[in-house]
Amino acid sequence: MNLAILDLRRQKARFAATALGLGLLFAIVLAMGGIYRGLVEDATLLVDHMGADLWVVQRDTRGPFAERSTVPPELEDRLRSVAGVASARSFSTATIQRVHGARNLRMTVVGLSWPEDRGGALPLVAGRPLRDPHRELIADRSLGLPLGEVLALGDDTYTVVGLTQGMLSSGGDGVVFATELDARAILNWLAPEARRLEREGRLARLAATDLDSRALEDRLKDERSVLPVLDPAPANAVLVRLRPGAPLAEVERTLAGWPDVTVYSAQEQRDLLLKGVVEKSRKQIGLFRALLSLVSGIVVALILYNMTVAKTHDIALLKLMGARVSVVVKLVLNQGLLLGGLGYGFAVFLAQVAFPLFPRRVVLGAGEYLGVGVLVLVLVTVASLAGIVRALRIPPTLILAG
Amino acid sequence: MEAVRAENLHKTYGHGDTEVKALRGVSMVAHAGEVVALLGPSGSGKSTLLTALGLLNPPERGTVTLMGERVIDEGRAQGDLAALRRARIGFVFQKSNLIPFLTAHENVRLALALNDREGPETHARAQELLDYLGVGKRGGHFPEELSGGEQQRVAIARALAPAPQLILADEPTAALDSHRGRAVMELFRQVAREQGTAVVVVTHDHRTLDVFDTIYEMEDGLLSRSAQTA
Repeated sequence: MNLAILDLRRQKARFAATALGLGLLFAIVLAMGGIYRGLVEDATLLVDHMGADLWVVQRDTRGPFAERSTVPPELEDRLRSVAGVASARSFSTATIQRVHGARNLRMTVVGLSWPEDRGGALPLVAGRPLRDPHRELIADRSLGLPLGEVLALGDDTYTVVGLTQGMLSSGGDGVVFATELDARAILNWLAPEARRLEREGRLARLAATDLDSRALEDRLKDERSVLPVLDPAPANAVLVRLRPGAPLAEVERTLAGWPDVTVYSAQEQRDLLLKGVVEKSRKQIGLFRALLSLVSGIVVALILYNMTVAKTHDIALLKLMGARVSVVVKLVLNQGLLLGGLGYGFAVFLAQVAFPLFPRRVVLGAGEYLGVGVLVLVLVTVASLAGIVRALRIPPTLILAG
Repeated sequence: MEAVRAENLHKTYGHGDTEVKALRGVSMVAHAGEVVALLGPSGSGKSTLLTALGLLNPPERGTVTLMGERVIDEGRAQGDLAALRRARIGFVFQKSNLIPFLTAHENVRLALALNDREGPETHARAQELLDYLGVGKRGGHFPEELSGGEQQRVAIARALAPAPQLILADEPTAALDSHRGRAVMELFRQVAREQGTAVVVVTHDHRTLDVFDTIYEMEDGLLSRSAQTA
């Protein structure tokens, strides 16, 4: 005879409402873990996807994901000449925000090394890889851009030809992929007026000198010529792939001797990202999660304690009838476990249904579900102790008091 | 055969000025099949004696013997009193004290479940007892759906379920009208006769004293046998 279940039979609605409330709390505990894992996955998504063995970045910087990094244009060629290097490709990325139609569109632009990389390896869910070297984009679905959508970025317009799923930057913004040159053009675009003012400023400075400057002056006035300062900015990094069997440490050592660059292995770049971008969030989420677990524990303890108090008379009667301690303990503990189990079930249901609608990715694996399940089990068991202690202190003679 | 024997029970509450001697060398016997009444004014020690016989509140001195087995010896428990209570003693109270979230049938089965008796035979036993007490058709109802008299009958059925050697009843008719009160007392006598159970009843109801085989009176912690009607 399971007294715990028989008791709940008479108060189904109240019990369900309590389990629902607890489920919401557990769902938030679950979400905290999922948000953290989402942060980690988002942060490392691009590093993992680019598939480079080495990231060569501006000297003494931490790479394009941590800070501004520019590398000289000829670095790509220099790297190709290093023994053991199979390929070297420029890499540019930055997050921009543009007005598109009636909304602000925040996106991270990533350059693909045309023609070797056309985005064929991206997780495309619609459309196709890049087919032309210019004015085509592959956008993540989270940006809400349909296939064929045309975006005005800088001097040009770009057409969305492919859609990816789950390609987000470390900041959680959807990624758009363009060819490397298009990406740099988009990221370093200057308004025509800014370019005109720069030319005029240079002409004025030239006129103030006593140099024979006619050739230079003609060049400055010719809009087809490109000013060094207005030149499309160099790439943020060069990604290196090694030949099969090439010693990573040796190549890394060689490049470390170059005075203008710093080199990181893919794992080092990943660690930098996690430490730089995710570490504080991890601590904050962890702390919040611990607090939430504590609050959940207190709430469960109070609920179970009050449920026990409501049964004081019945427990006294059971003890008077000679019920074993285990019968009383089971009555309280089973209700706690049922409450926790139902709450956890609701939390899992909520995670499946509601978390995909969250603005940032909530990534939950079997380990996370299991971890929170165990946490709920421990919380409920510990929280039941308050009720159990209370129940064991109820004297059976209470019944005789009327 | 002696179902319960109490010898020289002493129980004191409080200290100094607040000291109350609830039992002062009380001795009594109830035999199997006998219905015993405990009479006395409030505060005379009736309930203390009942809790001592029920192994709920052991006396400081004295012995309690159940079916020939000494279970309290000079105030010290001999063995597991809770186990003795659930197997050998049935309790009936002024209020029925049924578990509100169990049906009448389940309330009766509870007394069997506490003795590790589960299964179809316990269903049959519960139904048999409810039928015996005239509430067989009310087994599926919760206590709140039963009248006071019906609740008390279910409580008696529960007390009888594990076939105890002793039933202790604390003013079981106080909440009932005289007609129903008398019916309950007669039920106790019927149970005692047919089941061979000793029944000890604390009561104030002098109109039903003819039902009892033996009547004890308590005053100021002292017990005296006032009458034997059978």
